[in-house]
Amino acid sequence: MQVAERPLVNLALVRWHLTASAIFMAVTMLAGLAYAFQFNQLYPFPGVEWLSPGRVRMVHTNMAAFGFIANAFIAGLLFAIPRLTRKPIFSDKLGWVIFGAWQLILVLTVVGQLAGYGQAIEWGETPIFVDPLVLVGLVLLVINMSVPIFQTEEPGLYVSLWYFLAAFAWTGLVYFMGNYLPQFWVPGTAGAAITGLYIHDLVGLFVTPLGWGLMYFFVPLLLRKPIWSHALSLIGFWGIAFFYPMQGVHHFLLSPIPMYAQYGAIVATIAVEIVVLTVIVNFFGTLHGRSEAVRGNLAVRWFYTGMVMYAITCFQCAFQVTLTFQQIIHFTDWVVGHAHMVMYGVFGFWIYGFFIELWPRVYNRPWVYPRLLTAHYWMTLLGLTLMVIDLTGAGLVQGFVWRGLSHWGDSVVFSMAFWWVRTFSGLLIIAGQVLFFFALWATARSPVRTPQAVPIGAVTEPV
Amino acid sequence: MERFGASFLIAGIVTFLLGFFLQGIMPVLTLSSIPTQTIESVAETVTPQFETLASDYPEEFKRYFGEPDAASFAKALRIGRDAYIAEACWHCHSQFVRPVSNEDLRFGPVSTPEEYQNLMNLPHLFGTRRVGPDLIREAGRHSNDWHAAHLYKPTNVAPYSVMPEYPWFFDEHKRPNERGLALISYLQWLGSWVDEDAVASGGPK
Repeated sequence: MQVAERPLVNLALVRWHLTASAIFMAVTMLAGLAYAFQFNQLYPFPGVEWLSPGRVRMVHTNMAAFGFIANAFIAGLLFAIPRLTRKPIFSDKLGWVIFGAWQLILVLTVVGQLAGYGQAIEWGETPIFVDPLVLVGLVLLVINMSVPIFQTEEPGLYVSLWYFLAAFAWTGLVYFMGNYLPQFWVPGTAGAAITGLYIHDLVGLFVTPLGWGLMYFFVPLLLRKPIWSHALSLIGFWGIAFFYPMQGVHHFLLSPIPMYAQYGAIVATIAVEIVVLTVIVNFFGTLHGRSEAVRGNLAVRWFYTGMVMYAITCFQCAFQVTLTFQQIIHFTDWVVGHAHMVMYGVFGFWIYGFFIELWPRVYNRPWVYPRLLTAHYWMTLLGLTLMVIDLTGAGLVQGFVWRGLSHWGDSVVFSMAFWWVRTFSGLLIIAGQVLFFFALWATARSPVRTPQAVPIGAVTEPV
Repeated sequence: MERFGASFLIAGIVTFLLGFFLQGIMPVLTLSSIPTQTIESVAETVTPQFETLASDYPEEFKRYFGEPDAASFAKALRIGRDAYIAEACWHCHSQFVRPVSNEDLRFGPVSTPEEYQNLMNLPHLFGTRRVGPDLIREAGRHSNDWHAAHLYKPTNVAPYSVMPEYPWFFDEHKRPNERGLALISYLQWLGSWVDEDAVASGGPK
């Protein structure tokens, strides 16, 4: 075989996807900060059409999902799949094409949204002319990543690969359904049902399975022990695969959508929260006996912090999906807090774990300022916790003020203090990211080189 | 391992389709008995506010829309909705009244599926958050001039407002341009199909 010397993992691709993820994390956070200032009546660019807060908000959410999270997850897949299958990805060239196409998609999305071509589909605000490109990119990505899984000669498929394969099947279907049906074919209330399904599936069938798949890969490696229970892995996977796709309408409860669809969504949502608990129990069972790793290894600490957040959001979700809670909290900042805890507190935190583990590996240099990374952890955790508690409280105030039939302005005035705390918590998070970026940059530029491939789990100093 | 790998891909497709059927196709089928109106047929009922707009800003209105008839109203509704989408107004204003939380007292009658079965709602604009109030019963709540002043700088009419300002909907004389007139027409259309008395008794807002 003339390709014998082709390395298993294309570290350069992992490096570039991680770097792109960091850059788009900066974009999404700056957009979020600017938008937060609008709520303090202190928007930095008032009256500038291309930087209007409504448009900047689309940049914030879309770059969080497709820039920060998707890039980091692709990096994780590029690292994990070849190691799990002992086969390299289908084509390195195709990998670079996908990398370039994906960043082009992101830039076009930002420019299109700022220019006023955002699409009115939540989480699918990517302009209509970008959507076909995204679909092509996703199909290429699926081909590039699934070929090694089908070629593998390993005796069994590991849990991570179940999640990856299911996600590969879901991603393109979900994106097509959400961005095309309500835009071109299904108007009104029925279109809302499909949009709800898309909002939910994007988190549930794209981000969640890839995230858990990568957890099933990284956590046992870093802890140097197998996953606690294979049976629980099975229950978790099949439960998520069965219940997750059928809860879209819970985003439009008490709307004109037929009630049977709303009740179905509620029941499926509560069911999936119970299923998800089995996954969390499985991971904490795995941690049992190795819990000092949470103190000593920063990547493990990020992973398990994210899992605690996951448990909290799922517990919260089982309640907030009921019609009782919906009366008060729907349309309020409560939901904004929930979204931040899921997308950032869980998946963002796991991505920080990937960075901790992979960055020294792809740049072939040890972390130069491990203390900065610890500070980054605490500032991010404190900032996000403050933000979620603050927004949850704000949501309750808004919901009850509305129900009490006070003047609409009251709900805004009463929220002002909460919105100041939100801005402050965002500043705290961003201050943490400044330290993080400095550590990333300093490490990438460091003259100290690691002599050989870093053994996994050995890159973080005990902190 | 090919056999097992394929089973997970197939499982993904099957579970997706099952969920899509239960949460997507079934609502579509249930609601398919309601006929879908085109924008032209929606615009046949020209709102009184659209006619007032022609006299409020005669020069501008004539330049961009001509006479206030069904054809120009359809044009205004299209441009207005596109502006509403481009600025992502739907991120902070919802467009449905729920049967709970005293919303019928605040906004007006609870929303029904029929109201949305038209091509103005392709894509639908149900919205996701209420920083500002719901807009589906907005028609006639405020005057055209109020909307113009509010869009130009919201704090002019509501000092506490956190809504962004939209000077690009106005020309150099601070009079609404094509997009501005269209957006006002669109906002004054929302809920114009509802019995006016029912909206008038809507209570505080």
